Amino acid sequence: MIYELEFERPVTELRSKIKELKEITKDADVDLTVEIETLEKRLEKLEVDIYNHLKPWDRVQIARHPARPTTLDYIPLLFNDFIEFHGDRYYGDDEAIVAGIAEFEGRAVTVIGHQRGKDTKENIRRNFGMPHPEGYRKALRLMKQAEKFNRPIICFIDTKGAFPGKAAEERGQSEAIAKNLFEMAGLKVPVISIVIGEGGSGGALALGVGDRIFMLENSTYSVISPEGAAALLWKDASQAKRAAESMQITAPDLNRLGVIDEIIPEVKGGAHRDANVQAEAIKDILKRSFNELLPLDSDELINQRYMKFKKIGEYEFEKQPEGKPKEVGQHS
Amino acid sequence: MLKELFAKSKKKYATVPLDREKQDVPEGIMTKCPSCKKIMYTKELVKNQKVCLHCGFHHSMSSHERIEYLFDAGSFNEFDKEMISVNPLQFPDYLEKLEKDKKKAKINEAVVTGVGSINGYQVSTAIMDSNFRMGSMGSVVGEKITRAIERAGELRIPFIIFTASGGARMQEGVLSLMQMAKTSAALKMFSNEGGLIISMMTHPTTGGVSASFASLGDINLAEPGALIGFAGRRIIEQTIHEDLPEDFQTSEFLMKHGQLDAVVKRTELKETLTTILKIHAPGGEWL
Ligand SMILES: [Zn+2]
Repeated sequence: MIYELEFERPVTELRSKIKELKEITKDADVDLTVEIETLEKRLEKLEVDIYNHLKPWDRVQIARHPARPTTLDYIPLLFNDFIEFHGDRYYGDDEAIVAGIAEFEGRAVTVIGHQRGKDTKENIRRNFGMPHPEGYRKALRLMKQAEKFNRPIICFIDTKGAFPGKAAEERGQSEAIAKNLFEMAGLKVPVISIVIGEGGSGGALALGVGDRIFMLENSTYSVISPEGAAALLWKDASQAKRAAESMQITAPDLNRLGVIDEIIPEVKGGAHRDANVQAEAIKDILKRSFNELLPLDSDELINQRYMKFKKIGEYEFEKQPEGKPKEVGQHS
Repeated sequence: MLKELFAKSKKKYATVPLDREKQDVPEGIMTKCPSCKKIMYTKELVKNQKVCLHCGFHHSMSSHERIEYLFDAGSFNEFDKEMISVNPLQFPDYLEKLEKDKKKAKINEAVVTGVGSINGYQVSTAIMDSNFRMGSMGSVVGEKITRAIERAGELRIPFIIFTASGGARMQEGVLSLMQMAKTSAALKMFSNEGGLIISMMTHPTTGGVSASFASLGDINLAEPGALIGFAGRRIIEQTIHEDLPEDFQTSEFLMKHGQLDAVVKRTELKETLTTILKIHAPGGEWL
């Protein structure tokens, strides 16, 4: 059962009202057609009002919805013959990241994604989707394997962040993330990264150095969680809603800041309303991206990927050299 | 804001005492070591590269002090000195904070980049400075470091990074996060060309800086007693509900766990770097 989020309660209430009236019409001999039509029109308008004007905090709630499709939900809807591979070959197998090979539209691909659990038991096993170094090292191992066999790589980003723990530090969380950023920049095969839920900080970015970066409409991508930002900025984690706004973490924000290539529209109300339809939208954009990226040779691919990241950031020069126009660094 | 966080986390370390900033300015004739509490002549402390004469504690050092100690006299040419931050997220008070730090630290941003020589070996370098916004990385820091790496590639000389940073710069949000990818990608391009990367981690090197270029040296070095790690100590304690060892996330801790090539005392750094540069560049240049 999909629970309703706070902001969509008016929609739910109206919807159940309509359902109620329909029930009455069915059982009793009364004609409520006009009333129902009026309410349905109102519902349509209300849905547009609410879902077309989602606030950042509303999107955070959708991104965190327990029923929101995860990497393992999308895999069977997008790929054939997925086989999961395990382990980093150094320490262990981190179930906060799933990875393997599959077929996409007749082409061999490698699929990697963060994986949170659907219930408490699974969440404990998957550490709430927050990887340890071995998770990132497994991802990198399979990226290098993909490169060897010339398979494009698809990464699904969905994590609150890399796990902040003692063991993670001992085993080199920083190095594991850094190494992924470094090696992904040099991969000779196309890499497509899609933020499907929460994209939390370096732990998300470690699967995010792609030739294309997409975000589902209601996903978030940020340097710090809204709660973390609120605690730092105002010493008050309950100000998360305010932080979600000022930190600019939604898909439209990142699109405007020039960080992502495109927003993948979501099913009305969020991807959890219909994972099948959502997967179709993802499939379309993957097909389109492959058509653009597969003709490129590896040098072009790597160079374009570098230029893509190189242009991210905004700065200016204090004093302008004589006769030269003021240089302003900005995304295009 | 990061500063407060930083100050709080610092209080937890017996081995990494607080009030480093105050010790920065050698105004007073005498300086009290925050580690061993002994009092010494500031002049002598400075002469010893700000390493305590009694206990070996490494006092915090500004980017320009590092240049003075390490680079051959008159050899350092600074680049992109005029590059300054803007306020891409329209964050309240951000520009004012930048202005304040520009005056206080007498630099335009949290990293100084340039080309200079160490005992005759030319290198491109980026030296972070924790006096400016706790050395946090925003667009300017990322761009200056990226340019310094590219410059090393163009000149075919090694790249040395000195890190001192609390991590990402919150006020630039996701743009600051992306600087991790940008600098790491620049290092990959440079590395593919055969370029030598040396990372010298100093106190503190945490968060997004630790999880990007700081950890990507062909050779990763650290100053003694530096705080180096990904997640903040307090966050880890709150998450795992257990006490952490005293030396947690220090250079020595990283060394013990195989994360570093060597812990190098500041007073021996020039010699160590010279040896590494000599071995990598028999003719004064690579390849
Ligand atoms: Zn001392």
